Amino acid sequence: MTLAADRNHEGELEVPEGYVKLTIDGLEVVAPQGELIIRTAERLGIQVPRFCDHPLLDPAGACRQCLVEVEMGGRPMPKPQASCTVPVADGMVVKTQHTSPVADKAQQGVMELLLINHPLDCPICDKGGECPLQNQAMSNGRAESRFVDTKRTFPKPLPISSQVLLDRERCVLCQRCTRFSNEIAGDPFIELLERGAGQQIGTSATAAIADEAESAANTIEGKPFQSYFSGNTIQICPVGALTSAAYRFRSRPFDLVSTPSICEGCSSGCAERVDTRRGKIMRKLASNDPEVNEEWICDKGRFSFPYVAAADRVLRPQVRNAETGKLEDASWTEALRVAAEGLTAARERGVGVLASGRSTLEDAYAYSKFARIALRTNDIDFRARAHSAEELDFLTAKVLGTNPETGVSFASIEQAPAVLCVALEPEDESPIVFLRLRKAARKSGTKVFHLASWTSPAVTKTFGTLLPAVPGEEPKELDHLDSAVRDQLSAPGAVLLVGERAAEVPGLYSAVARLAESTGAKLAWIPRRAGERGALEAGALPTLLPGGRAVADAAARTELETAWGLEAGALPTEQGKDTADILRAAADGELGGLLVGGVDPDDLPDPALARTALRSAGFVVSLEVRHSAVTELADVVLPVAAAPEKDGSFVNWEGRHRPFEIALHRSDGATLPDCRVLDTLAIEMDADLFTQTPKAATEDLLRIGYAGTAVAAAPNAQPSEQPTRSKPNQAVLATWRELLDGGSLQADEPALAGTARTRCVRMSANTATEAGLRKGELAVLSAAVDGGGEVRLPVEIADLPDGVVWAPGGGEFGKIRRDLGVGHGSLVVLRGGGSQA
Amino acid sequence: MGMFDPIKGFGVTFSTMFKKTVTEQYPEDFRATAPRYHGRHQLNRHPDGLEKCVGCELCAWACPADAIFVEGGDNTEDERYSPGERYGKDYQINYLRCIGCGLCIEACPTRSLTMVNFYELADDDRQRLIYTKEDLLAPLLPGMEQPPHPMRLGDNEQDYYTKGPQLAREALPASGQSGQSKEAGQ
Ligand code: SF4
Ligand code: SF4
Ligand code: FES
Repeated sequence: MTLAADRNHEGELEVPEGYVKLTIDGLEVVAPQGELIIRTAERLGIQVPRFCDHPLLDPAGACRQCLVEVEMGGRPMPKPQASCTVPVADGMVVKTQHTSPVADKAQQGVMELLLINHPLDCPICDKGGECPLQNQAMSNGRAESRFVDTKRTFPKPLPISSQVLLDRERCVLCQRCTRFSNEIAGDPFIELLERGAGQQIGTSATAAIADEAESAANTIEGKPFQSYFSGNTIQICPVGALTSAAYRFRSRPFDLVSTPSICEGCSSGCAERVDTRRGKIMRKLASNDPEVNEEWICDKGRFSFPYVAAADRVLRPQVRNAETGKLEDASWTEALRVAAEGLTAARERGVGVLASGRSTLEDAYAYSKFARIALRTNDIDFRARAHSAEELDFLTAKVLGTNPETGVSFASIEQAPAVLCVALEPEDESPIVFLRLRKAARKSGTKVFHLASWTSPAVTKTFGTLLPAVPGEEPKELDHLDSAVRDQLSAPGAVLLVGERAAEVPGLYSAVARLAESTGAKLAWIPRRAGERGALEAGALPTLLPGGRAVADAAARTELETAWGLEAGALPTEQGKDTADILRAAADGELGGLLVGGVDPDDLPDPALARTALRSAGFVVSLEVRHSAVTELADVVLPVAAAPEKDGSFVNWEGRHRPFEIALHRSDGATLPDCRVLDTLAIEMDADLFTQTPKAATEDLLRIGYAGTAVAAAPNAQPSEQPTRSKPNQAVLATWRELLDGGSLQADEPALAGTARTRCVRMSANTATEAGLRKGELAVLSAAVDGGGEVRLPVEIADLPDGVVWAPGGGEFGKIRRDLGVGHGSLVVLRGGGSQA
Repeated sequence: MGMFDPIKGFGVTFSTMFKKTVTEQYPEDFRATAPRYHGRHQLNRHPDGLEKCVGCELCAWACPADAIFVEGGDNTEDERYSPGERYGKDYQINYLRCIGCGLCIEACPTRSLTMVNFYELADDDRQRLIYTKEDLLAPLLPGMEQPPHPMRLGDNEQDYYTKGPQLAREALPASGQSGQSKEAGQ
């Protein structure tokens, strides 16, 4: 399907199997069968104006702007045809507006009709300056309008959700938004309503609003509109009918400095564009990366950037005054000296490093190297969440070193005959994976299975099958999979996806590895955070060194010592402690200090223990973007740059390297990436990391190379005994973090928070009755073991197994882990909390 | 060189001594400019005091010297600065850059931005030569009210634009004596 198709010796275009030859504007071209004329023309560099056509949406032929003249077998078709709906055919002759006066006139006529009801809003419209309607009205419209009557008007703008504003006057009825919602996201959104001149985009609620501007945040079914993907409709609307509430009137395209970047929101590593104006991020847009996110990003990626400008940013290094016990601003020199002295002293008894799951590859590498060289320890772990030794073995054996070629990629999900999601809620934990699963199910007939406790929206929207499992019993379910499912997973190309909550179920990673082994399905690990996969490769783990080398492997250590220019035997030989052990040791006073890089204690398996650890550790150094529970207890706080303010790279869950440049140049104290701060700190401690800049860190990483010598047997842990319910009001907890739950990246963005799902606790009707609860009532959740607080949530009835409840991991009602100290698979107690106000 | 040449040279000087002087004794003797002179900008108001600027940034876009900075804002029912949805929240003209070409005036879709004849745009401080919205807004005339306030002359912005002059006459029967007449090109 290339333009420079081979010509045979007579100079004729060769037409390979499955291709056709046609003529567009007098140019002969070979195109694959089924390609739409508009796309073939585009490849030739012939631009046909269009509004409704979008390469990733099904053809609609709604706007009629793309009319061209088509001739088949020497006979012209009676009327101009919509080039976005007609596939190419052999011998077709197409004349676009460039060569056909008929097509040109038809396009101008359509444009005139579209503009009849279009308001003269350009000066106040957010789309102005980047508006396909403006542009194409100039290129393919008449200069004068013949329409003199009154235009149709609607009250505006109507909020369809807290993020999206609808202006029906500006709409050209192209249906890109409705098609996106139905086809791509699968969320009922706005629809085409009414007929004729009254035709409009809207919801049942907006249709009634003819003169009274009132809230319209309801979908056709009257449910509040809570889509994780609605921001994409703003971006693909070819006019200003759907605009962003957060970006409203903020800037014009010519004000913006745009930088291609990579989203720091989750492990998919979506390509996006960051637009800044006067030192502030104004908006983020999805970039086109067919191999990863296509042209979509989720709303979290699109809207969660105000945290960068949060009022509680750490802007100056701070040192705790020994006398007053207060943090006081200090110079970099001073703060680094105090930190280096403290850490050097603490090193005698051991310093644990809690790295973050959100670091870039370069920063994670710096933490890893800092721990080994400056702190002389292997006590480092990036897993600021529930984790297990079994997970570590699994990651080493099955995940380390895979890449899109050797392992699972977005493309292989799309082509897979069957996909099984284990301990993974794709829509909440990796939205772009969810979109691919849905696309695969819609377009390639992929069978999607979800091993989970209830039919979540993602199960329905991926046309999936739920394999119900009580939390904790997932390994057993996997070992005794239905043979039909097992057969489907044994088909070549089948894929197994496993999420971070598997670490909370003993034996699950082992069962997943066994299943992959026995079915031959390809296996991928999809963590929630953007930096986890990179941190794994960078060896920010107690058993792994950078570049896939094992701590236990003497040869690998020697190799690294040479590459890093260290004396023989300089690297610590003993396996380190993982996050939980570091915290336990610190809490018991066994550790001399802690180095913490962007960790929220409330994410850790035991937040109370984490706080005790921070208090009991002799000396705590915190590298932070914003003031947090850690900086409150730290002895030295060093400000670091947020992701858009630094360069570096993420490694996404596929193992794909996703480099990005600085998008936002700050002029204050928080401009240094972690790797630079650690590099300087190490110099104060007489160690050289060579990570002065992310570029230098990359060089250093390249220099040591990827060895991939770390091996581990696939884990073979046994499932633990299921906690037994001793009382009728006890239940096993199923939980995961929802996409929008007020996490630290989502701070200061009310429009985004407004589209979070309604929080509730879900249970079967039986469980509710047993606990004396009814739908809509407030249930009080507490931990079955003593201590801990409560979380109050309204009850929803869902198809969970009896004796199981599901509650969101975070949100405004409280955090399961922080307030109850429990996680997925724990026993909780349910009781009534009165009816909801 | 002839012997009378030095005297000849003074001829110009002598003859000029008896001509009418063109030197202006600025600033003691302040003369008006030509009526269409491109002086300082002004952001005009509707007759009820609401601002005409809608924050569209077309002026900033048109400016060849990149002298204008505009950021729009969202009018709410409780806080309204202009009729319609949008107003100019932040408005700055940098007179160190402005070349007085007037292209911004032509770009303005609401006739908000015009130029007055005031030309004393010199200072010894760069900061003071960045004029902000407060410096540029037209003075309040009788009958005008300092925004924010609701639309006094109509139900929506269409009324302001289509019936502007008529509304102005009704609202201000005896206007036309002061600053408003400085609006160039109105
Ligand atoms: S007069 Fe010309 S140079 Fe001055 S602000 Fe207007 S457009 Fe810019
Ligand atoms: S002065 Fe005129 S052109 Fe400039 S922003 Fe205001 S309304 Fe737009
Ligand atoms: S682009 Fe072809 S009909 Fe809209």
